[in-house]
This record gives sequence, structure tokens and C-alpha cells, in this order.
Amino acid sequence: MSAPDFAIDVTGVTKRFGDKTVVDEIALQVRRGEIYGFLGPNGSGKTTFIRMLCGLLTPDAGAGTCLGYDVRTQQAEIKRNVGYMTQKFSYYEDLSIRENLDFVGRIYGIPDRRAAVQRSLDRLGLAKRSHQLAGQLSGGWKQRLALAASLLHSPKLLLLDEPTAGVDPKARREFWDEIHQLAADGLTVLITTHYMDEAERCHRLAYLAYGRLLAGGTLAEVLAAAQLFTWSVAGPDLRALAAALRGRPGVEQVTAFGNTLHVSGRDATGLDATVAALREPRHEWKRIPAGLEDVFIGLMDSAKDNFA
Amino acid sequence: MSQPRLSFHRLWAVVLKEFIQMKRDRVTFGMMVGIPLMQLMMFGFAINSDPRHLPSAVHLADTGPFARTLVQALRTSDYFQIVHESGSEAESQRLLQLGEVQFVINIPIDFTRRLLRGERPTVLIEADASDPAATGPALNAVAQLANTVFNRDLPGPLAPLQAQNGPVDFRIHAHYNPENITQYNVVPGLMGVVLTMTMVIITGLAITRERERGTMENLLATPVRPFEVMAGKILPYIAVGYIQVSLILVAARFIFHVPMVGSLPLLYAVALLFIAANLAVGITFSTLAKNQLQAVQMAFFFFLPSILLSGFMFPFRGMPNWAQAVGSCLPNTHFLRIVRGILLKGNGLAEITPEIWPLLLFLAVAMTIGVKRYRQTLD
Repeated sequence: MSAPDFAIDVTGVTKRFGDKTVVDEIALQVRRGEIYGFLGPNGSGKTTFIRMLCGLLTPDAGAGTCLGYDVRTQQAEIKRNVGYMTQKFSYYEDLSIRENLDFVGRIYGIPDRRAAVQRSLDRLGLAKRSHQLAGQLSGGWKQRLALAASLLHSPKLLLLDEPTAGVDPKARREFWDEIHQLAADGLTVLITTHYMDEAERCHRLAYLAYGRLLAGGTLAEVLAAAQLFTWSVAGPDLRALAAALRGRPGVEQVTAFGNTLHVSGRDATGLDATVAALREPRHEWKRIPAGLEDVFIGLMDSAKDNFA
Repeated sequence: MSQPRLSFHRLWAVVLKEFIQMKRDRVTFGMMVGIPLMQLMMFGFAINSDPRHLPSAVHLADTGPFARTLVQALRTSDYFQIVHESGSEAESQRLLQLGEVQFVINIPIDFTRRLLRGERPTVLIEADASDPAATGPALNAVAQLANTVFNRDLPGPLAPLQAQNGPVDFRIHAHYNPENITQYNVVPGLMGVVLTMTMVIITGLAITRERERGTMENLLATPVRPFEVMAGKILPYIAVGYIQVSLILVAARFIFHVPMVGSLPLLYAVALLFIAANLAVGITFSTLAKNQLQAVQMAFFFFLPSILLSGFMFPFRGMPNWAQAVGSCLPNTHFLRIVRGILLKGNGLAEITPEIWPLLLFLAVAMTIGVKRYRQTLD
């Protein structure tokens, strides 16, 4: 039996399609009221894992609970208490906003449906557009509709699969404010994303590649565990410098950020030696804390060596 | 904590949604109303062909050599295949009504005597003329036959009998469709064709569309059960099917003046069975098809034999045996016989029962495959 303060508590979850292992023995614990970020490259198994959590797929191996319900046997109960927002907009484009919400309300058998739909429209600022067909909405509005619909039955856990893909920065920020508000009210949120700024807004993070969980914890923990050291360099002829740096001992990543280069690696001594060797007065070298993106790209590269 | 098997609010949610989508999708809606009308106009002009070996019964009141020569001549004409020897008028009528034979040939008791006296005995041919295409050529052949059949049997002194514009007087009694109006046969048949086409395509699309647009994933993540989705999608289309049936019946009555002898409530009741059978096929296709295009292609795969081998376009008995065997597996074949039987012959439940059980069997098989293939999860 799982501790009651975990919304998600699974171990050894595995899913194979044919002879391809898409999700490989993932263990995950998410506390209630937490915003949990799920990161990883495309095809790393994030969506498959989420589908197993919400009862769409049955794991081939592994066990655990979602909201205290067994993920293998109590899928019906899980479905009633989980809100799932798919990666692709998956409401009816030929139904209006209100009709879509109404449909969802009926499916879940929400008491006093009309009022619930109206509240949901008001809260997400969709009231004025309620008669517009969903297919005519822009990406940001579709996302709002999808969020409203997946929240209509007051779920205890919200699973969001790349909810902000193709949404403009302002709408993204509003979306995240909304998510934080919901979490403050006690909702648990599991969210996948490719955006590092979004990852930094999560309470805790996990990084998935090739179906395996490579890192997990708070932002600080993930950064600390990565043991990644980074130098930033500014100045002229950065392209030539980048070419010179690549392949040197200790250098794992050389990435251009506007007018600076980030050079990072896990071998601090090797990296420092290389930097010392290539150091010139015309360049300004600075030691900086490793960023999340550097950490994840590093994880992805090393994962490739290990599994691919 | 197990979930109740069926929830009406969820079922109703799907039904309602389907109706809204039906209303929004003008093209499909137009198709559902337009196709019956279009086909009515197109097939109002039917195709004729030349079916042979039509099952026939003879009612021999006179078994003399002339009678046998006549029966033999009918046989050699290739149009008639004598499959029954009827003992009474009542039996003849029953054979016709059940559709077991196309013709009953009645040789009267005093046939030989009157023939030899030169009195042109009357041979009554009763025909099931509900499909004029099936009977027409055979009856033409009979007219030819009358002049020559006894040329060898009436030699010497009897030869003058050959002369009198045929020694035998063939009387044709065309049952069910005495004026040989092709539309009487085609228009009721259209009911089966239209329902096959629209029901299979539309249900095929309805579920594939959910998958193609990604809405199925969302739907499956809700508590709605697969059966509720399926039934919720089928119910609105049953309503559409009934609208089509009514549309065709109205056109049959007021545009084509097709006689309606039998019970309309019975027809409506049997139509439900047929509509359900086609919807089950559509559902099965939609579980096999990867996208809407494939669903339509599969529907056509089913539709073509349903139109060509069911006895709608060509007389069923004119087809080779293999084609008849394929045709017998299709629900449309049996439904056509039911519709024509009820409308033109006034058949009741007892007479159409032999056509109902194949429909039931088909429905059971299609439904089983459909439900089995339709899975709750995406695995």
C-alpha cells in the first residue's frame, strides 16, 4: 500500500511494443499537490508512460498506484479521477467550445452540469467565445479549452503531455500561472515539456531518455547530481574557438548562446586544463553554474553511449 | 468498486455529440439524404439481362405424350428448369409466394383431347413477375415455342393443326407485377442498396474519424466504456437509416406508384435488423481501417457485391452458382427478398422467416468481430 501523500507511486513500470522497449523499469513517486516536470527527447517514452498512468495502456511489467488505485486493475477508478490533456488537441473541432465542455460534463456525469460548464468558461476566460467552433480557435485558445475540459470533472491528478507546444510566450506564462494556482489548491500535476524555463517552474523534475529515468529531484538536486562544470567565454572569433575546443580533453559540450560560448564537461580538471591552454587575453572567460539545458544535453549524450 | 456496465448519461452524451457533429458535417448530411434520391433517379431505369434456368414447377393434370413433349420443350429452351411437380393450385401459389419457383406451368386435364381436336388448348403459365427482368426473356421464348413445339408430333393428317397460329394457346398470368413495371422491382430493392451504402460508410467513418483526429485517445481516457461509445454512435445512424427507409417508401408510393400489399410495420421492424447488420459491418471496418480513406475503400469493397450479386441489379437466378453463393452471404440479398416479398407479394412473417435467419446470423457474426476488435485501450 502506498503512502497516502503520493499521488503517483510506481516501480518497475515497463512497456514493450513488439521487441522495442519503450518504457524500461521506471520508478516514480510524485507527492500530492506537486508540479512534477517530465523531460526527455522525443520518443523517450514520456507519452507512453503517461498513458499507462491514466489507464489507457496496461504496463507489461511493474506495479504501483495512481491516486491510491492500482494501475493494472483499477483503471476505471483512475480514469474518473485523472484529467489528461493529450499532446495533440483532441476535442471535437466541429463542436463549439460549450458543446465540447457539455459533452465532457455528460461523460463524467457531473452534477449540475450547466453551472459547472459556465464556471469553467468564466474561469478560463472562454465565456465570450463559447459558441465558436473549436476548430476555428488558435493554438493558445485550443490549449485553454483542452485545459478547461480536462479540469471539468475536478480531477485530483492532472497529466499534461506537452501542453504548451506551439503556444506563444504570453499564453504560456498565463498557462503556468494557472497551473501553479491549481497546484496551490491541492491538484497534483505531471507535465511533460521541452522548454527549460518551464522545467524550472516545476517543483521537481525527472529526465527520461530511451525509456529510462536518468535523473530526478528538485532543480538544485538535478544540477548538483549532474556534476557538470561550465565556462562561459565572450570575445571575437568564437567560431574558430569553438572548433578548437571541440574534442579537447574535458570538453563535452560547446554551445553558442548569442555572443557567448558555453563550454562544459564533467571532468573539472581536464576542462580547466583545456581552458588554461586556449586562454587568450582577447577572450573573457568566466566560470558559471551549469544550466539545466547543458545538464540535459549531457545526459542525453551519455545515455546515447550507454543504450543506443 | 466496480463500475456499472452501462451508464445512460454517458451513452446519451455520445448520442448527442454525434447528432451535433452530423448537423455540422454538411457534406455527410447531404450524402445521407442525397444518395437515396440520386440512386432513385439513376436506377429508376433498370438494367435488363437474360437469365436462364429459372426454377419452375409444372402442374400436370394431363400426363399424355403431348403434355410431356411440351414440358420437354420448355426444358430444352434453357429458360425453364423444372424443379417441382405441383399437385394442386394451392401448392403452386405457395411455391410462387416463397420465391421457390419463378414459374408454374399448368397443363389442363383435357390438353391432349383438345389439341387433337384443333381447339387450341390453353396452357396457363403463372409467373412471379415481381422482377420483370427475370421473367421477360423466358416468356418471350414461350411465345416462340408455341408455334413449333409440336411440329414433329403432328405429322401427316394432323399437320394442319400446326398451321393455326400455334396449336397451343399460352396464357401468361403475371403475378405480383402484372404490368411488368421494372420500377416495382427496382425501387423497393433500392432500400437495401441505399442502406448498405450509407450505413457501412458512415459508421466506418464515425469511429475512424475519432482515431484519425486523435479524439479517440481523449475519449478512452474518460470513464466512457467501449460499448457506450459504440452504441452511442450506432443509435443516431439507426435513426438516419429509418429516415432513408421512409424517404424511399414515400418516393416508391408517390413517384413510382409501387404497390404496397404487405404490412409496413413488419417492413420497418425487419429494416432494423438489416440496418444493425450493416452498422456492425461498418464498425468492424472502422476497427480495421487506419484512416477514413481506408474505411471508405473497405465500405466499397462490401458495397459492390451487395449491389451486383444480391439480385438488385441483375436477376439473382441469372447468375452462375458461385456468384449466387457469394450473394447468399450478403445481408442485402435477403433483405431485398424481404422488401419485395412484403411490398409486392404481401408476405407476412411466416413467408419471410427463411430470409430473416440469415440476416440474424450475419448480424451476430459481424457484431462479434466488431466488438472483439474494438478495444478499450490503445495497446
